[in-house]
Amino acid sequence: MIVQTIAFYVFSAILVASGVMVISARNPVHSVLFLILAFFQAAGLAVLMGAEFLAMILVIVYVGAVAVLFLFVVMMLDINFKELRSGFLQYLPFGALIGLILLVELAVVLGAWVTAPAAPQAAGAPMPPLDQATNTEALGQLLYTHYVYLFQASGIVLLIAMIGAIVLTLRSREGVRKQNVGAQLARRREEVVVIRKVPTGGGV
Amino acid sequence: MAIGLGHYLTVAAILFTLGIFGIFLNRKNVIIILMSVEMMLLAVNLNLIAFSVHLNDLVGQIFAMIILTVAAAEAAIGLAILVVYFRNRGSIRVEDINMMKG
Amino acid sequence: MEVLVVFLPLLAFLVAGSIALFAGSPDAHHGHGHDHGHDSHGGHGHHGPDWRDRAAQFVTCGALLVCAVLSWILFFQVTGHGGPRTVQLFTWMDSGALEVSWALRVDQLTAVMLVVVNTVSAMVHVYSVGYMSHDPNKPRFMAYLSLFTFCMLMLVTADNLVQLFFGWEGVGLASYLLINFWYDKPSANNAAMKAFIVNRVGDFGFVLGIFALFVLVGSVEFDTIFAKAPELVGQKITFLSWQFDALTCACLLLFIGAMGKSAQLGLHTWLPDAMEGPTPVSALIHAATMVTAGVFMICRLSPVFEYAPDALAVVTIVGGLTAIVAATIGFTQFDIKRVIAYSTMSQLGYMFFAAGVSAYGAAMFHLFTHAFFKALLFLGAGSVIHAMSDEQDMRNMGGIWRLIPVTYALMWIGSLALAGIPVFAGFYSKDIVLEAAFADHSAHGTFVFWLGIAAAFLTAFYSWRLLFMAFHGKPRANERVMAHVHESPLIMTVPLAVLAVGAVFAGMLFNHSFVGEGREHFWGAAIKVLHENDTLEAAHHVPGWVPMLPLIVGLVGIALAYVLYIMMPGLPGRIANAAKGAHQFLYNKWYFDELYDTLFVKPARWLGYGLWKAGDGAVIDGVGPDGIAAATQDVAARASRLQSGYVYHYAFAMVIGVVALVVWLSMFG
Repeated sequence: MIVQTIAFYVFSAILVASGVMVISARNPVHSVLFLILAFFQAAGLAVLMGAEFLAMILVIVYVGAVAVLFLFVVMMLDINFKELRSGFLQYLPFGALIGLILLVELAVVLGAWVTAPAAPQAAGAPMPPLDQATNTEALGQLLYTHYVYLFQASGIVLLIAMIGAIVLTLRSREGVRKQNVGAQLARRREEVVVIRKVPTGGGV
Repeated sequence: MAIGLGHYLTVAAILFTLGIFGIFLNRKNVIIILMSVEMMLLAVNLNLIAFSVHLNDLVGQIFAMIILTVAAAEAAIGLAILVVYFRNRGSIRVEDINMMKG
Repeated sequence: MEVLVVFLPLLAFLVAGSIALFAGSPDAHHGHGHDHGHDSHGGHGHHGPDWRDRAAQFVTCGALLVCAVLSWILFFQVTGHGGPRTVQLFTWMDSGALEVSWALRVDQLTAVMLVVVNTVSAMVHVYSVGYMSHDPNKPRFMAYLSLFTFCMLMLVTADNLVQLFFGWEGVGLASYLLINFWYDKPSANNAAMKAFIVNRVGDFGFVLGIFALFVLVGSVEFDTIFAKAPELVGQKITFLSWQFDALTCACLLLFIGAMGKSAQLGLHTWLPDAMEGPTPVSALIHAATMVTAGVFMICRLSPVFEYAPDALAVVTIVGGLTAIVAATIGFTQFDIKRVIAYSTMSQLGYMFFAAGVSAYGAAMFHLFTHAFFKALLFLGAGSVIHAMSDEQDMRNMGGIWRLIPVTYALMWIGSLALAGIPVFAGFYSKDIVLEAAFADHSAHGTFVFWLGIAAAFLTAFYSWRLLFMAFHGKPRANERVMAHVHESPLIMTVPLAVLAVGAVFAGMLFNHSFVGEGREHFWGAAIKVLHENDTLEAAHHVPGWVPMLPLIVGLVGIALAYVLYIMMPGLPGRIANAAKGAHQFLYNKWYFDELYDTLFVKPARWLGYGLWKAGDGAVIDGVGPDGIAAATQDVAARASRLQSGYVYHYAFAMVIGVVALVVWLSMFG
């Protein structure tokens, strides 16, 4: 029990600290790295809660794909970060106020929130006890049966995102020599070979 | 003290607020904005997982996975847009992105 | 017949007006801008009188001559054994307690006025045919003259105050139109506006007087008012917690109207400037008829005025002051028409103070004789101007009496009548006015008597000054003008002769009826004089020196004029230089115009300008259209600043929105 508590607080503290560093780091590469750290802590928290599948997926997808993508872009864009000024403080008071209000609201909501007594019975898909199925198995059993359409749809979303990204960033460069196989094969002798009678000693 | 639902929710709330701060407090570059969005989505995911565990309902985790998928797709597109924008404008300073000024 | 007399001029106006409007001659749209009878430089483009002009002139002159004859017939009927009568035409307004109808009241007072108006108007119409012969706008002129005559007739035949006011306003309108006849002259425009506006001030008082009488009596009909007047004596009205005697108040307000119309001191500034109009206009309107409307009104309302002695005292004093002030200004002026205009103003003062001492008969008598000889003088002056190729300044005249003998003789007749030399008309009427003032035996009566004597002296003086300066001495005009001096055509001299007959005989023939022993039989119920006020009666019993005095001072005046203008022509100039301050004061009309300019015109302009710029411009426009436009622009500019182009601003706005929504839901949900 005590381990869980300590683990929770450690994870949470580092999570919050990384979040702050994400938005206030000077170097964007540092921001991305802190984001990765935040993702790891979140995964740790998920494991603590008992949703280990999701925690691992978090690491694989978010860290492995999304954060790496961020890193690629940050490196590629050749940002001169020395010039970047921080206009941070200008909006800080007002922004802090808004944030504070938000936080208070969330707290109010949370505090006033009570679970309806009938909620546990109304669970859409009750979690099976651990001896029956692990978290992964249980999720799989649910996902591929009741939520298969959602699953397929999310696949399509990803497909479209991929196509979209390619469409947005693809460009054809000028002056690049490429083979056009179709044109090569469709060439006819009449178009390219000319026979000329050349008198002896004269040029073409 | 036992870690209850409230703790997790609090952590998620703080993370969410930090994400919001990141969106409008930053002057530096647009990537921070995108990362803040990711942070907000992460907070939401944490919320969903916490509730799912508390209510003993797996649907929350399914939802969290879908959100994850969508977040990944959105990050990809967002970065693609950013790259194209950088190609056209040469800068990703937030202050320079004001062509929609009315 | 009464209807015919009143409405024939209206018909003439409509016919001539239609000709002017719809069948206008080709060059009828440019006015000529100066008072000239002869086109000395060959008028551009006029084609001589054509059928339109002849038609208009024929219709109007014909109608007016018929009216004149009819009015004389009516006069003898009404004052003889016919008696007064009222012809009901139709009801005009019938609203609650107010009932106003069109009715022609023809009693002795009306009959006298009918004769005066129609005779002088007919003569002026005929004279204008000759005088305006080179003007391209003849139909319009004749139409306006007839319009004026109709309105004046409406005024004198009114049976109630509202109908009288209709005529009152109508003659004001006709006066405006006629002063401004040459409308491309800016001085004529200004003079016409001045006349109308100053009249308006008087009319305002008049209207208030009508309202007061209506409130007091409950009706605007003369008969009802006259019947109720004795009961209203001593009644008080309250205004802003002050008590005023009701009848005095009403009568004073009515008198203010008369002051405006008849150019009494205070509201007189328009009369000299009204000389901008053609001379026939001056003769008809500003000598014989319109300006006498005020006198007529007071005499018509004599049953009411008799019961307001304080008002009568005011009338007397104002009349007397007018007489003397006008005379003092008149004898410094050089424009021949202005001298006669001031003379008119002075004589009007006489009529008013006669009415003020309850000698209404004398006032009407003087009105009657004055119409003839003043019209004669004006038309004669017109002849002189015509002869001198539109020269009006007497300093540039002189030495023409042999060249225009008829005009000269007629001017002599007019001046003799004006000065009150025995046999001529003015002698009888002026004398009885002064005797009545003396016989009133009140402080104000005696005061105005002496003022009247002084004015008589000055009148004689400036009349002969006019004659000598204009006709005698060495010619001061250039040779070209002098070569052109010629007598007026018959069409102009015959009306002058007719008026001269009136100027000579009107006094001696009608003395008995108007103010003499036959006056009660003559006037009947038209004029009411309370027994204790009967100054006319007392006037016949004044001491012997009283009737002599005006004659003596008149003769002294003539002699002085002879001395100054024939024997020692340089003397007037030296006197003027010696008494420079006094001379300037009188020459500049006692600085009334300047005073009014400072007191009223400038503040009104300032107020108008201020209200325009600050009131209308800043406040109304500022709050209204301009303000709304500016506010819209301002709000829009501020709103557009929200579109900063920065996405994170938009995101921030969204967050604020969400926060606000949650706060609201949690607090008031």
